[in-house]
Amino acid sequence: MDLRKLVERRKLTDRLFAALGICCVLIALLTLVVLMGDLARQGLSRIDWQFMTSFPSRAAARAGILSAWVGSLMIMLVTVITAVPLGVAAGVYLEEYAPKNRLTTFIEINISNLAGVPSIVYGLMALGLFIYQLGMNRSTLAGGLTLACLILPIVIVATRESLRTIPSNIREAAFAIGASKWQVVSHHLLPYSAGGIATGVIIATSRALGETAPLITIGALTFIAFLPPPPVMSEPPFVSFQWLHDEFTVLPIQMFNWVSRPQPEFQVNAAAAGLVLVAMTLSLNGAAIWLRYRMRKRIKW
Amino acid sequence: MNAERTAITHADPASTPKVSPRVVGPFKAEVRDVNFYYGQFHALKNVSMPFVDKRVTALIGPSGCGKTTLLRCFNRMHDLYPGNRYEGEIILHPDQINIISPKVEPLEMRMRIGMVFQKPNPFSKSIFENVAFGLRLQGETNRRVLADKVEAALKSAAIWDETKDRLQKGARDLSGGQQQRLCIARAIATEPEILLFDEPTSALDPIATSRIEDLIDSLRGRFTILIVTHNLQQAGRIADYTALMYKGELVEMDKTVAMFEKPSFKLTEDYLTGRFG
Amino acid sequence: MSSTADPSTPATQVASLPQRTNVKRRAAKEPLLDRIIELLLFLAGVSSVAITLGIAGTLVFESLAFFREVSLVQFFTDHLWTPLFADPHFGIMPLVSGTLVTTGVALLIALPLGTIIAIYLSEFAPAGLREGIKPLLELLSAVPTVVYGYFALQLVSPLVQKIVPGTPAFNMLSAGIVMGIMIVPYVSSLSEDALRAVPMLLREGAYALGANRLITAVKVVYPAAISGIASAYILGISRAIGETMIVAIAAGTQPNLTLDPREGAATITAFIVQASLGDNPHDSIGYKSIFAAGLVLFLITLSINIFGHWLRKRFREAY
Repeated sequence: MDLRKLVERRKLTDRLFAALGICCVLIALLTLVVLMGDLARQGLSRIDWQFMTSFPSRAAARAGILSAWVGSLMIMLVTVITAVPLGVAAGVYLEEYAPKNRLTTFIEINISNLAGVPSIVYGLMALGLFIYQLGMNRSTLAGGLTLACLILPIVIVATRESLRTIPSNIREAAFAIGASKWQVVSHHLLPYSAGGIATGVIIATSRALGETAPLITIGALTFIAFLPPPPVMSEPPFVSFQWLHDEFTVLPIQMFNWVSRPQPEFQVNAAAAGLVLVAMTLSLNGAAIWLRYRMRKRIKW
Repeated sequence: MNAERTAITHADPASTPKVSPRVVGPFKAEVRDVNFYYGQFHALKNVSMPFVDKRVTALIGPSGCGKTTLLRCFNRMHDLYPGNRYEGEIILHPDQINIISPKVEPLEMRMRIGMVFQKPNPFSKSIFENVAFGLRLQGETNRRVLADKVEAALKSAAIWDETKDRLQKGARDLSGGQQQRLCIARAIATEPEILLFDEPTSALDPIATSRIEDLIDSLRGRFTILIVTHNLQQAGRIADYTALMYKGELVEMDKTVAMFEKPSFKLTEDYLTGRFG
Repeated sequence: MSSTADPSTPATQVASLPQRTNVKRRAAKEPLLDRIIELLLFLAGVSSVAITLGIAGTLVFESLAFFREVSLVQFFTDHLWTPLFADPHFGIMPLVSGTLVTTGVALLIALPLGTIIAIYLSEFAPAGLREGIKPLLELLSAVPTVVYGYFALQLVSPLVQKIVPGTPAFNMLSAGIVMGIMIVPYVSSLSEDALRAVPMLLREGAYALGANRLITAVKVVYPAAISGIASAYILGISRAIGETMIVAIAAGTQPNLTLDPREGAATITAFIVQASLGDNPHDSIGYKSIFAAGLVLFLITLSINIFGHWLRKRFREAY
């Protein structure tokens, strides 16, 4: 019967497409595996105590990533400290406070557009605004603020999405017992959405950690053979903010510098730096996935 | 709900047949000892009943009674979801195919048995392409034939006059009632052997509902129609035969007029008089 | 406990008294505190607008200085881009062509791959497999782009050179391919969300007519999800256009007006990186040219995003 043949052919195309789908998934995942494998093959043997605790050097074998990873941590500190409170506050405002008017719509469209702006454009903004108009150094502070602008939209969106999953009867219940808006937000909504916000913040941090281009445009250096002064000192005034104003480098820039050199020994260094970098970003993302998974299991409204 | 009512034949003589002798052939389909399970949940219990060829049969009963589950056995919709299991036979005449046999291809059954859903679900395509969808699936490519069959289906579904000037316009711009008639046109375009209606008017207003009922009435004699409804009046208005189900079992099946006037079972009487459901 | 006191013992009354005054006092203070907090939150909300203004303002301001020295005609018609040379030329087209070619290669990889993966995960894969694969795919977008750049130059480029003999080590094909793989999860994840948001009822309509999975997915579910899928594609496109490190490392640094992906060519982003690495005094034409290139990049991505908004509005379906 004709119909039966037709059906058989259709079922075959289904099976073929499923096979194609699995192939495509495998292509994507295998790329990841090959990439990681190649990094490890090239760079794993290079990673040792010396590599982690040495400054960059013109001799590939003596070079290390000390100033790079310390710089990355410093930059992340500035970025997170500025972007998270600002982003969460903006998210709370838009989700819980903002009236439905033109300004709110404009802010929302603006945020979704910001998320589509290439990261290097943030670097240009920082170069023109922070460095030249505001007269900042090419410092840790400037770099951290640049990346903070970059991840702000991510934090805002994550906050809003997390708040949106809280059912409105929680709000109504809190209002019903006489809580003010801010009490509802601070006592109920923020604690309940903390997990979701944290997930978004971790993803955003991982994104910032891997960013290279915007920091290159503001003129981050690749050859930093010193560490910033520690923020805590043994003598008065005990705390120092000098580290904010010092020049810096970060891991991705250090890696880029090595990749750009023709000598193969530096490619090994690049692979090793890349391995450290990927280990950091992937573990951040792994943490975010785990957090999301745990939340989905625990919270049932 | 009383405990007694859970046992269907409790108050009735065991000799009374569930399917009245007034339900006589020719039959288009016969359900024989069908059991159906959603995972662990036993949703249909030993259901047996015939469906008269080219007549309208209504399946009624309180929600959760299994009427929609039975309906969706006919076109093997349960195969779309994991963990579902059929037992028994649904014999399709005259080919004597057991619709729910694992050996039978669900895709083929769905081509031969049409379905209209609770809510109108036209595709995001033109009106023409919605109706032509089933025809194309069955391998029809001739544009002349397609155009003729689409027109015929739209006319049969009493929506031709409203759509003939806008066949290439999006189907989702139609009103709810129009969308549902379009879905009926889509289902009958391929001249299916059985038409299944799953509460087709539950999302519609009274005027749109009565148009759909008139339409189903006009399709009597051309198709064997099964309609699930929780609206007793609707069953009374359009069904030749009515089957009452309760907790996964068939309570009683009879000619609609006979059942509504003089039900054979206490449970049927209670349901029809609104004492539960 | 032997207490048999009735509900209104003096003790409970007394206990409630100070509370009541407390409530009153707090209620009086709250509006002010709440208003201050609301104002702060509002300012945070507006901060995103400030960033946009900062970006647009800086780009326009610095570019104006550039266009005081370079005419728009030269900018769009000159076939050379050599702002840092002794004999400077300021034709943006070589950079635009580089961006278009690498983006084109990336999209040829990312859109089909991402769409097929999305359809497979949403319409074919069992739920368990889908939930396992999704986070793994997301890891693909967690790898820093500088690492992808290394990968493109060290692994993919030699491979491409073997398959297409005569290709230079720095070529747009390798950079585009790797960029495409990097973008896959952006496309597949958003597309899959859009596909899964299509109600089951619509799928059942197709299945009930005897459609198989592939036809249901392609002819019914995909068109119904087109608004969300368009967003996914738009995101992928703007990611590819704005991607910097992969092309800066692997596509080459010479501006080259060509549409041949086997050649090396600088993109807009690669030029900005290249120029930033050197020393460009604030008033130099080199410094200004970075911003002119940045403005072009910004306008391209902005118009794509606006087009995306329009598409979403145009094709949004309500269920």
